[in-house]
Amino acid sequence: MDETQNKEQSASTHKIGIYLWIWGLLFVLSFFSYMVDWFAFQGLLRWGLILFFMFLKAGLIMAFFMHLFWERYALVNVLLWPMTAIACFIILMAAEAEYTVFTRALYFFTGG
Amino acid sequence: MSDNTLNNLPGGFKGMAHDMGSDQTAFKGVQWGKFMMWIFLLSDTFIFSCFLISYMKGRSSTVVDWPNTSEVFSLHVGSVPVPLLLIAIMTFVLITSSGTMALAVKFGYEKNRKMCAWLVLATAIGGLTFVGMQIFEWSKLIHEGVRPWSNPFGAKQFGSFFFMITGFHGVHVSIGVIFLFIFARKTFRGDFDTGKRGFFTSQKSDYVAIEILGLYWHFVDLVWVFIFAFFYLW
Repeated sequence: MDETQNKEQSASTHKIGIYLWIWGLLFVLSFFSYMVDWFAFQGLLRWGLILFFMFLKAGLIMAFFMHLFWERYALVNVLLWPMTAIACFIILMAAEAEYTVFTRALYFFTGG
Repeated sequence: MSDNTLNNLPGGFKGMAHDMGSDQTAFKGVQWGKFMMWIFLLSDTFIFSCFLISYMKGRSSTVVDWPNTSEVFSLHVGSVPVPLLLIAIMTFVLITSSGTMALAVKFGYEKNRKMCAWLVLATAIGGLTFVGMQIFEWSKLIHEGVRPWSNPFGAKQFGSFFFMITGFHGVHVSIGVIFLFIFARKTFRGDFDTGKRGFFTSQKSDYVAIEILGLYWHFVDLVWVFIFAFFYLW
């Protein structure tokens, strides 16, 4: 095995500890998000906690299990910027849903 | 692209400008198959986003109450109903298999054939367990009268979103399990050490295939994180 191959290998290998840490964290975070339901939190607290644990878990999986943390920015940016399109879509559809529920309430219950 | 030169390139945003403006290869140090998998996963992200967004739209525009998921998906332990028990176990099973996959990728790059193969096999078995539990969940709900067009718990849209979203995710898991078993066999046989040409692609086998498979598997776990949050917990 020549030197270049050796170096390529070491670049792709990370200490086992980091994987075990992330693994453990994912378990703990999943447990916490289950606890949100267990203790039946309601309203903003519930939604906030669900989103917080969800984004933390998703971030850990992408950054370390999918190695994005170690990839070059050219790839990371190509993968993450399209997510803004999804964010726009969510905002559009949330507005649309409000309009739909308003018209439904208006026509179903008051007859227009 | 050898790592020797990769280390000499600028990093961060400056590196991005450099890579994008360079000749021939924009994504330095990324094997083409790995990049193609990322592009596939990006498109898959959009598909799942469309499902989850239409679910959001459907749920927030119905005038009938949405079924209480923590009751609908509760399991009885003895005579006590435990909310979301099966879903919680499924989540832990999938995270476990994601962890074994991450370790398989690590051992693959270290050319540790045995450890890599056993961990890929463990991942496959974890995935199979998940699919098994999902079949149990589906048949339980179907017995309780949940249909894509109606259900006894509340808003009628619940059934169609449930079957569509978890079904599409389940298909992803099933396909992943099939590939995991195939790759476990390939790894045990030593294809990645000998560089044996693949039956289907006729490309030389390399341990990078394990990382590509790992990307897919982690993505399946990633989607479940979002389904768990939005469909089951919300």
